[in-house]
Amino acid sequence: MTAIQLDRVSRWFGNVVAVNDVSMTIGPGVTGLLGPNGAGKSTLIHMMGGFLAPSAGAVTLDGAAVWHDHGVYRRIGLVPEREAMYDFMTGWQFTLANARLHGLPEPAAAATRALDIVEMAFAKDRALDTYSKGMKQRVKMAAALVHDPAVLLLDEPFNGMDPRQRLQLMHLIKRMGTEGRTVLFSSHILEEVEQVASHIEVVVAGRHAASGDFRAIRRLMTDRPHVFLLRSSDDRRLAAALIADASTASVELDGRERALRVQAVDFQRFVHVLPLLAREHGLRLYEVAPSDESLESVFSYLVAS
Amino acid sequence: MNATVAGITWRAMVGRRRALLLFALPAVLLLLAVALRLTGVADVESARVVLGAFALGTLVPLLGLIIGTGVIGPEIDDGSIVYLLSKPVSRFAIVITKLVVAVGCVAVFAVLPTLLAAVVMASGDDGLAAGYGAAALVGGAVYCSVFLMIGVLSRHAVVIGLLYALVWETLIGGYVPGARTLSIQQWAVSVASATADEGAISADVGLGVAVTMLVVVAVAATGYAGWRLRSLALTGED
Repeated sequence: MTAIQLDRVSRWFGNVVAVNDVSMTIGPGVTGLLGPNGAGKSTLIHMMGGFLAPSAGAVTLDGAAVWHDHGVYRRIGLVPEREAMYDFMTGWQFTLANARLHGLPEPAAAATRALDIVEMAFAKDRALDTYSKGMKQRVKMAAALVHDPAVLLLDEPFNGMDPRQRLQLMHLIKRMGTEGRTVLFSSHILEEVEQVASHIEVVVAGRHAASGDFRAIRRLMTDRPHVFLLRSSDDRRLAAALIADASTASVELDGRERALRVQAVDFQRFVHVLPLLAREHGLRLYEVAPSDESLESVFSYLVAS
Repeated sequence: MNATVAGITWRAMVGRRRALLLFALPAVLLLLAVALRLTGVADVESARVVLGAFALGTLVPLLGLIIGTGVIGPEIDDGSIVYLLSKPVSRFAIVITKLVVAVGCVAVFAVLPTLLAAVVMASGDDGLAAGYGAAALVGGAVYCSVFLMIGVLSRHAVVIGLLYALVWETLIGGYVPGARTLSIQQWAVSVASATADEGAISADVGLGVAVTMLVVVAVAATGYAGWRLRSLALTGED
């Protein structure tokens, strides 16, 4: 059993704090590192992968510091975000070179095995610069898996992939997790993380905002004040009826938009009583739209809580 | 030394467009030598000028710059070096391997053409071929170690290297004799002078100082490059 531990880790670049006092333990199975762009996900992964020193705190793999120890790469496989590889090589040459760099006893067998796992054997003799984004991602994955590591770190692996490639990679990541590896991948898309990760760590603006399985994260995201934009046959009367109900916290008549802005504190109750109230007062609802569903607003709520 | 790192470095080196320069510069030297020989101008004196000013003064530093930065700089720039660094291989071994590949390139693209040019022009008179050949090899090796280190430290390694070679060694070194004591080129000339026949090549720096400086600079640059590569931080997108 292999675990990465972050103990009160901070990282700053000059005056900019990229990661702020984060503590978490990443154990076996698939963990999703979720957060908006610029939240510090890459910085965290770089620190876990030994490519960045924490400014404060400690990053350890089974109790041993990761930074300045190239021995950890016997147990870590890293899939970087950046595209650049040794493009003049074929997929086979690249994977084999990675196996040799690990000093494996049978590099050719290991490279064959890794390319089979990612289902890239069919294109292994083509040069890397002829590969599609998805194929490159899979060969990067093969290179990271070539030494059968206990830990797999993937930085934004789904970026720029088409739906089919995405699905393929999701299966692969899930499989790595069920095999008992400690797998961590970063993403800014909740749906992606939900489908693959059994555990989710949320980071926002460098802080550890939430942690739990996807149900817990979902709940946090739905049980928050929602703002709705409503249009009806009589906004003022609807406003009066809504503010009388316990599901709302505030109601605002937006004269410019000619609409009603309602902050609902009890989401379930609000969506239940809204049509009932409208019917009771003989009002017609023309439009009901959530107005702050962007992921950023969800994240900013998570940080505030 | 790591054979896989060496193989990747070599292929990356000769596979880039920059590699054309590796062929172009020595070609100019050889063409010049052949032209001087055919027109009958070639003698020991002109050989000294061509080999001293062009081969040792221009070809070797420029190739040292292209090769020394080329074996590591582009990989750091595009981030592909992560595939070398995320391995249980010591960073010092990576730097030393890359330096060995660089010195190999210098031997092929700078030392060999210098020897050939010397033979064509002076046909071995006064030991000029041996002198400038030895100087090209040690000078080229030390340039590589220094420029490789700058390649690890800065993304503007080529510019910094050019400034050193052109401004410090050529311009300031040309007018201020004291600056020559701190010039790889002058240390190499000292080696050339000691290897060639007595009095054939004159040097401003004593052999003892030159050899000591060459060794100290090469070792220090390589050591520092390895030490900095250990702490090389990868910058992400955010």
